[in-house]
Amino acid sequence: MEFLTFFVERYNYWIFITLMMMGLYIVIARGNLIKKLIGLNVFQTSVFIYYISIGKIAGGTAPIYVAGDMEKRGHEGGHDGAPAAALPGKDPLGQGAIHADEGLSENFGFAGNDLAALTGGAAPPHGEAVHSLPAGGANDILAAPPVTIGDHASPISDAARAAAEVVYSNPLPHVLILTAIVVGVATTAVGLALVVRIREAYGTIEEDELEAADHVAEFGESPAQARGAA
Amino acid sequence: MISAGDAVALSVALPIAGAGAVWLLDRAPNLREAATLLTGAALVALTLVVFLAVGEGARPGYFVFTVIGGLPIEFQAEPLGAMFAVLASVLWFVNSLYSIGYMRGHHEKHQTRFYMCFAVAIAAAMGVAYAANLFTLFIFYEVLTLSTFPLVTHKGDDAARFGGRVYIGILMGTSIGLLLPAIIWVYSIAGTTNFTPGGVLATPLADAGALPVILMGLFAFGIGKAALMPVHPWLPNAMVAPTPVSAFLHAVAVVKAGVFSVLKVAVYIFGLDFLSASGASAPFMWIAAASILLASAIAMHKDNLKARLAYSTVSQLSYVTLGAMLATQMGVMGGAMQIAAHAAGKMTLFMCAGAIYVGAHKTLVSEVRGLGRKMPFTFIAFFIGAMSIVGLPPMGGSWPKFLLMLGAADAGQLAIIGVLIVSSLLNVVYLLSIPVQAFYLEPAEAGAKPQGSGAPAIDWRNIEEAPALCVIPPLITALFALLLFIFADPLYAYLAPIAEAR
Amino acid sequence: MNLAAQLPVLPIITPLIAAPLTILMPSEKFGGRAPYVWATLVAWAAFAACAALLHAVATAGPISYHLGDWAPPIGIEYRIDLANALVLTLVSGVAALVMPFSFRSVRAEIDPRQTSLFYAALMICMAGLLGVTITGDAFNVFVFLEISSLSTYALVAMGGRTDRRALTASFNYLVMGTIGATFFVIGLGLLYQATGTLNMADVKHQLAGDNNRMVEAGFAFIVVGMGLKAAMFPMHLWMPNAYAYAPSVVSAFIAATATKVAVYVIIRFIYSVIGIEFGFIEAAFNYLLMPMAIAGMFFASIVAIFQDDVKRMLAYSSVGQIGYMLLGVSFGTEQGLTASLVHLINHGMMKGALFMAAACVMLRVGSHSISAYAGLARRMPATAAAFILSGLSLIGAPLTVGFISKWQLLAAAFDSGRAWAGFLVVASSFLAVIYVGRVIELMLLRPPAPDAAGVKEAPLSMIIPLLVLTGANVYFGLNTELTVDLAERAAHALMGSAR
Repeated sequence: MEFLTFFVERYNYWIFITLMMMGLYIVIARGNLIKKLIGLNVFQTSVFIYYISIGKIAGGTAPIYVAGDMEKRGHEGGHDGAPAAALPGKDPLGQGAIHADEGLSENFGFAGNDLAALTGGAAPPHGEAVHSLPAGGANDILAAPPVTIGDHASPISDAARAAAEVVYSNPLPHVLILTAIVVGVATTAVGLALVVRIREAYGTIEEDELEAADHVAEFGESPAQARGAA
Repeated sequence: MISAGDAVALSVALPIAGAGAVWLLDRAPNLREAATLLTGAALVALTLVVFLAVGEGARPGYFVFTVIGGLPIEFQAEPLGAMFAVLASVLWFVNSLYSIGYMRGHHEKHQTRFYMCFAVAIAAAMGVAYAANLFTLFIFYEVLTLSTFPLVTHKGDDAARFGGRVYIGILMGTSIGLLLPAIIWVYSIAGTTNFTPGGVLATPLADAGALPVILMGLFAFGIGKAALMPVHPWLPNAMVAPTPVSAFLHAVAVVKAGVFSVLKVAVYIFGLDFLSASGASAPFMWIAAASILLASAIAMHKDNLKARLAYSTVSQLSYVTLGAMLATQMGVMGGAMQIAAHAAGKMTLFMCAGAIYVGAHKTLVSEVRGLGRKMPFTFIAFFIGAMSIVGLPPMGGSWPKFLLMLGAADAGQLAIIGVLIVSSLLNVVYLLSIPVQAFYLEPAEAGAKPQGSGAPAIDWRNIEEAPALCVIPPLITALFALLLFIFADPLYAYLAPIAEAR
Repeated sequence: MNLAAQLPVLPIITPLIAAPLTILMPSEKFGGRAPYVWATLVAWAAFAACAALLHAVATAGPISYHLGDWAPPIGIEYRIDLANALVLTLVSGVAALVMPFSFRSVRAEIDPRQTSLFYAALMICMAGLLGVTITGDAFNVFVFLEISSLSTYALVAMGGRTDRRALTASFNYLVMGTIGATFFVIGLGLLYQATGTLNMADVKHQLAGDNNRMVEAGFAFIVVGMGLKAAMFPMHLWMPNAYAYAPSVVSAFIAATATKVAVYVIIRFIYSVIGIEFGFIEAAFNYLLMPMAIAGMFFASIVAIFQDDVKRMLAYSSVGQIGYMLLGVSFGTEQGLTASLVHLINHGMMKGALFMAAACVMLRVGSHSISAYAGLARRMPATAAAFILSGLSLIGAPLTVGFISKWQLLAAAFDSGRAWAGFLVVASSFLAVIYVGRVIELMLLRPPAPDAAGVKEAPLSMIIPLLVLTGANVYFGLNTELTVDLAERAAHALMGSAR
């Protein structure tokens, strides 16, 4: 049962891994250059999904500013793991290791949230907020899950509660992946352009035929002929 | 009068400048040769200045610059190096005379390149001689290898290419593969690579088990130029070079740079006390002894004159290594004297071989029968050189053998004395037989058996000697071999500080 | 806001802005001189900026530049310390020599209509490589890496005019390079998940040596991804063909810089981002980097011996030389790291010079097959001399930079108690003697091919940069203040930051 939970909890990773392996397999196994490029795209897309999923919070909305003033608060809250776990609607299971892991992996989902929380007024001292360790935060939860859940122990979670009407997804991974998507599109474009040129130069885009053509160019006979001679 | 320290630096720089002058004078062969000779004469003067200063107890040095922290390019002359430098510079001058006769007599191509490389090689030899630390020594050792490569492959045909490949392969391979790690290892252990009287390894390696033996092995085989078996094949293969190259580089500069380095390492890096106490040298003493006998045995089978001389060189070089590995004062002194004595003797032999080639176009031992009657001066020089190599008084070669035997006795290695005696006998057979055949046998007709002749008279009207420039130099070096016998005592006194250094 | 304060951004921004402007220039008018002169000036400007940066860092310590004045860790930071200042100077220095060198070679090998596109791509490639090196932001590394890679794919493919195999080589490079970059991004994602930040120094700070499976996995992805880009054995398969069939100028530039930058990134991530106090780093050193490095040293060198194409031979030799760099890193000592950094710089110089010499031969003889080198010592003495000197440097002959590298590496091996590794290094440099020796022997001892009668020395515009770089090979073999001393300090700082 535990295993199943472990498995299901991470469904986003399984999707990502499956897609990634499919993509890599296509790149390796297909001889057609276009198909290779498609495989490469699948492979890249899997990474996009991975990035998006780590930034996503269940029930979270797009990180568009709604209320309160955020002038001063930049990204400090983003590192803070402890209040994250204290948020309502999260962590229904409260199970040891899984919980810790999840707290860790979804930690950044709360960046937006914390921002909201922090604007509420109870801002921790600057340095502290920046440098508290997420892993450490997860460990805290591990040590005392019942206390943290729904408990008004810390002033931060207090504030978080007060200002938590809006739950944001972490925008940073999304922005990063926008960049990566652009890079991916450019790569595909260059790749397709190369395929066009290869087709012009060789008259084929099948890898084995290309290799045979190169072999002829280099050794003056095709591999098949060479084998026949031998 | 320039200071000895400057003379040290200039001895390295001058031949390089000489090479430049040779290059500039490419179109005027006479001026070009004059540049070589002038450089040679000036170099002799410089090395003599250093030699005399060292004799008075000074240790003139010259600091060039630091390459990596703690690793300077630095020169410092000490008796062994000063002697080697004088030897090399004097013999280079003599050899230059000979080269001119040989190269012109032979109408060789690329003579400018030849003289340039020669000059660079002698500069490298000077650098090896005066090196104040292993790092500097290694640098010039490699320069010597690289600058002699074009000389070995001078002919540019297939044989030369093959010889050159073996030459560079073995010399570079051993030096990069074994010598360089050894040097860096020493540096890593002792924090310095300076040649220090008494050695630098004794303290840090006091209880290092087998490490001294491994290090010594790296040095003994890493210094491929010392031609200790089995890293000797480069030497016979280098014989494809024109004879002046063989005569000077492969009897004097290159090979002596090798055994000189072995001696320096034994005396100034390990220190004789540490060497004998740790037993690091014992295995290599036996290898050197085996090398002496094996190379002599191979030499007996060689019909090609230069190949025979090459194997004789392999054998004779191992005397020096043996002297160093005995790790006794007498052994080291014997080795040091052997450097000088063998240089004079073997160079004579090679130049004679070249003269025979130029004068009579003969390269095989079996072809020289009776040739002594046509080329008496050449064969007289050959005879003297051979006597010196064998170690017969009154030639210079006798003292080193004597000292080595004393050294072996000091070390309690009676078997080594036996090796030395057997080797001398072998030398008699394969070297002295050549002039004897040349003088006493009838010239061989095609297919005729060798026959004795009752009248070994020389027909003075019918002499077909090689050009004078090919005959006079071997006579000069033969004279050196004689002088080394007479003036052995001053030389011994001069070199004594190296072995007594504590 | 004076210019001096903006110095760190200049090496990146100058070529990045200059590149699109290049496209506006006429490709065919003035014999394609306009983009050539422009690119040369830009490369020199970038080099001047990098040299100034190196000087500033060497005298006044690390510089932190906040892009757009956004303070890190939220903003992108350019962080220049000695380690990347050295690499920056290498990359821009090679560019500053390759650009003036390129003119004749480009005119011979590139479609004249594409001249300005070619120079634009070359400048973008340079900007990307400099950006990878200079940035202190982990994701920014990926962005710049792809900027340089994408332009490199295009540049390699431009060799398709002389040999269509350049196209397939470029395609393979694209596939492998993209996989590598994507792996790198996955690694970054894992690191981000573990720390919530992308600023290198901040990641380091957040991790604080806390072991955790996610960091481990992230590190593995990063090393594999960068290993692909660095052509670390056995992930080097894209490289020989790409280097062999790319236009000569491109080979010279990327061979001297691209893989070096990737190795630098590996070093940077190990020391400044993750930190060597992690137990798994040591395991990675001992069980991944070291065996791969040694295998690469031997395998690639042996393969190089059997190549009939000089450029491809040099490419395989690069794989082996990358092995030396990684070997130095894998010792995990300050000396080993110094040796790696020194070799990184030195190898850039020697490979650059060798590929430039190959470009000269390509221009005059029209081939980079080994048979084209027969008897060149007489036909093209300056080129041959440069090739021989740089070749000796590659072998590690004294008085060249190669010797310094080898000395450092061996000293590091002995000092860390790995004498055997030292002997493996010398054994593999013996292989270098063979493959370099083959070409040198051909140049010196073989008669020239009969159809090469009209071959003459390469033009001065090519010879001068080539000789400058060859001279650098000798100069830095004698005076190591700039390389070894700075690398030692850089390694010290990296080790210090890693603790």
